[in-house]
This record gives sequence, structure tokens and C-alpha cells, in this order.
Amino acid sequence: MDNAIYNYALRMGDTCLILSHRLAERCSNGPFLEEDIAMTNISLDLLGGADLFLSLAAEVEGEGRSADDLAYRRNERQYYNHLLAERPNKNFAHVMMRQFLHDALLHPLYTGLKLSKNEHLAGIAEKGVKESAYHIRHSSMWIVRLGKGTDDSKEKLQDALDDLWTYTGEMFEYNDEEATLAKDGVIPSFEELKTTWLKTVKEVFNEAGLEVPKDKWMATGGRQGVHSEFLGHMIAEMQYLPRAYPDAKW
Amino acid sequence: MDEAKQEELFWKKIEAEEKIEPKDWMPEDYRKNLIRQISQHAHSEVIGMQPEGNWITRAPSLRAKKVLLAKIQDEAGHGLYLYSACETLGVSRDTLIEQLHQQKAKYSSIFNYPVLSWADIGAVGWLVDGAAIVNQVSLQRTSYGPYSRAMVRICKEESFHQRQGYEIITQMANGTAEQREMAQDALNRLWWPSLMMFGPTDKDSPNSAKAMKWKIKRESNDLLRQRFIDKTVPQAEILGLSIPDPDLELQADGSYKFGEINWQEFYDVVQGNGPCNKQRLDHHIKAHNEGAWVREAAIAYGMSKSKETIAA
Ligand SMILES: [Fe+2]
Ligand SMILES: [Fe+2]
Repeated sequence: MDNAIYNYALRMGDTCLILSHRLAERCSNGPFLEEDIAMTNISLDLLGGADLFLSLAAEVEGEGRSADDLAYRRNERQYYNHLLAERPNKNFAHVMMRQFLHDALLHPLYTGLKLSKNEHLAGIAEKGVKESAYHIRHSSMWIVRLGKGTDDSKEKLQDALDDLWTYTGEMFEYNDEEATLAKDGVIPSFEELKTTWLKTVKEVFNEAGLEVPKDKWMATGGRQGVHSEFLGHMIAEMQYLPRAYPDAKW
Repeated sequence: MDEAKQEELFWKKIEAEEKIEPKDWMPEDYRKNLIRQISQHAHSEVIGMQPEGNWITRAPSLRAKKVLLAKIQDEAGHGLYLYSACETLGVSRDTLIEQLHQQKAKYSSIFNYPVLSWADIGAVGWLVDGAAIVNQVSLQRTSYGPYSRAMVRICKEESFHQRQGYEIITQMANGTAEQREMAQDALNRLWWPSLMMFGPTDKDSPNSAKAMKWKIKRESNDLLRQRFIDKTVPQAEILGLSIPDPDLELQADGSYKFGEINWQEFYDVVQGNGPCNKQRLDHHIKAHNEGAWVREAAIAYGMSKSKETIAA
């Protein structure tokens, strides 16, 4: 089995799945109907991406497991999503900030992955690049709107940024395995992604009138399967039926 | 043109099956009744997102989760078309939502029942969307243009929902003993409330006659209910599930005689006394209030944006 591809696909799949799940929790809670539809739409796109990455992981593993097995039969210590993805839906500003911080990564990531030497990854990115272009337009528009809206919205947004910034460092951590993948043109380089990401977020925050937090302590652990307390609850809920009725098909 | 003349023209159009359009003259009563009916329909689509939303985070497979999310998104879209259709009659969405919150506007009583198991998600698609289609196909021929066109778009998606729901219930009816039990239980709980979706019997439905004359409504409650039953009972038989009605009987003409609907329950639920009425409304009000600062920010941004443009 190609361990490096398996691990990469799993991490990407988990991040998409958990972020999608958090957005799905917001369904019927939007500030107005159009926005409710947009959020559900983004949640669906991410879920589609999760399915593709987890299917690839399952295939690479070659032990007869499916994407569903990976999503529904692993416990939280076996999940490798970014910690940022699992942060709870505190309010609309938090949801949008969490989304923007991810979108600013996922769009250039898919753009780079489209050129991957691995045809499966390139295929997944083909779809992801179009969707994430819409996502980043949507979330950056909201960041500017809320930043320049009212004093209240600006304060809530700055709060969200200050809260969530700590979880962004981890998105650019990589190991030797991934360094090799990047060197071989299989995945985009983490260093380059970080540069692009920083440029995007600074531009948008600047336009929105937000202060970028000073470099501070960055949380870590998602890549080792060490998560916040929140993830266990999400997964317990998500996996309830397949776990309670292991023989059933749905 | 004087009013009598305009009214004559209006009736001519109705008779000729021509659509009434927003700019056309229409009797005030016609407009009022349309607003009542369309907004009730719009609110139903939106409130209906809640019971199904109850299972999004517990959908048992990636595919099931996608299908359910997409369905709920469709329902929100139906709500949007219908609010827009209603706005062509000169009433804003804000006003309509206010009427919902003040309980001056209603939504379908079916969404005041809880959705308790994954089989209920199947049953909702199969029965609730199934009943909605029967009603909405008939409403494609409604006399008000924007409403009729909204119905045409909506019907296509509803029949998709109905098939997806039936697929879930089929999977469960043919699954493990526990799944089968959940499927039967869902049918037991949701069958009668689905029949109530068509409203009171014709003899107890005083508004119906007027609505039929205006062609806002095209077929009677009893007729639509019967059509739904005749279509659905054979589908239950294929699954080997039993309809919870001991009086159900196939008649010589191929239609089914059915038992007495518990109208007391229907009126209780319509008047606010159903298992989830308060929960549904409270949720809608809470989400709406929590979104107030977001809407304010969007409006303020729009204004400061246009100021910038003026300054430039
Ligand atoms: Fe609908
Ligand atoms: Fe539907």
C-alpha cells in the first residue's frame, strides 16, 4: 500500500467531512433563506470532496474497506482533520471566519493538486477547484460585509478571528512523507500554500478592516489524531446508526 | 376602465383558463386568498426543513447524507420561489415571516409531528412529499401565473424526493428485523397525519368553494386525498408493510374505502396543539432573531458601499 497517499487522502477527507458536518449543523439556522441555501450547498460540496478522498484512501489501502467504513467506523483518535474544522458553530461570524480560513487554503490547494502526478488526486482536484472558487468568493464577501457592516458585526468578526487564528498554524504542518510527495509533484508544497494563504487572508482582512492577530501560540494535534473534546461528540452523533446496528445496510 | 368592466375581464380570463398576472387587475378577495394560500405553502416548505434537518447529522452513510442535505436544500429553494410568487402580490417576505411568527399564517400540520427514526426520513419522502405532489400537480393549473409556474418547477423536484424516500423505506423494509420494525412504525405514525395534509372533508371546508371558483384551487380535498390513497396503498403492499387502517378495503372500481380520520386531532394540531408546534415556531423565531445582526450588517454594508460609490 502507498502509505503516503493513504495518509494524505485520509487527512483531506477527514477535514472536508468534519467541516461539512459543522456546516450541516447550521441547516435551518441561517440569517435568511438564501444564506441557508448557500451554506447547505457548501456543506454538500465538502461532503462530496470527503467522499472522493475517503474512497481513494480506501482503495489505496486495499483491504476491502469503503469510504463509509472509514467515515463511520473509526473513532476520534483515528480522525486526522484540522482542529480548525471541528471548532463549534458559535455564531454566524465564527462560522464564516472558520469557513474563510479553510477556503483560503482549499482553493489554492486544489489548484495545485490539479497538476498532481497522481491522476486520482488530480481528478478530485478538478471538481474541487471549481467549487472552492465559489466558496472563497462567498466567504470573503461575507468577511468584508461583516467587517464593514456595523460596529457589532465587526466586533463579532474580530472576536472570531482572534479565537480561531490559533488553529491555523496546524494546517501547514507537514512530515517527511509529505515533503517527498510535494517534491515529486504529487501534492502542492505546504510552504508555497502557506505563502499564498497568508497573502489572501491579509488582503481580505485588510479590506474588511480587521486586525491580523500577532503571531502567537499555535494549537496542534489534529494530524496525530489528538483533538479537542468537541470531535468525539460530533462523531458519536454521526456514527450512531451504523454503530448501533452494525449488520444493517442503509 | 371602471371596476365592473375590469372584473368582467378578470372572470373572462378565469373562464378561458388564462393566467392572471401580477400587473392584472384582480378582486381584493382573490389577492387576499392567494396570499394566504401561497404563504402557507411557502412557510410549509421552510418549516419542513426542521423535522428532516433533525437527521442530517445522523444520516447513516455518506450517500444518505448527501441525498438528505440536497433534499432539504431543495425545500428551502421551494420556499424561496413561493415567497417570491407571494411578493408579486404586494406583500414583502418580512411581513409574511412576521405573520408566521405571530401565528396569523399557518403551515402544513404534518410538520408538527416528530421525525423519530431514520425510517421516518424515508416515510416523509414517500408519504409527505407523495401527498404534496398530488396536491401540487393539481395546482400547476392554478389561475395565478407566478404561483402556477412555481408549482411546475417544484413538482419536478418533489417527485424526485418521493422516489428517494421510497428507496429508503424499501431498503429498511427489506433489511434487518429491527429496520423492518422501524419502517412499519414510521408508517403507523405518519399515515394518518399524511391523509390530514389534504385538509378537512369537502363538507367542512367552507373556503374551498370560493377558491375553486377562482381556480386558485383546482380539485377538492376529498378527491385529492382519495387519489393519494389509491396511489400509495399498493406501494405499501409491495414493501409488505401494513397500512394502519382496519377499515381499508379495495372496491370494485379500484379505489380504496378508508376509515374515519381523527378530525379532533387534526383541528388540535392546526390550532397549535400538536407534538411539535411550539418547537418548530420557537426554532424559526430563534434563528430569525439570531440572524438579525447579520441582516443589519449586510444592509449597513450595502449603504456604506453606495456612499463610497457616490463619493467616488
Ligand atoms: Fe417542497
Ligand atoms: Fe419535497
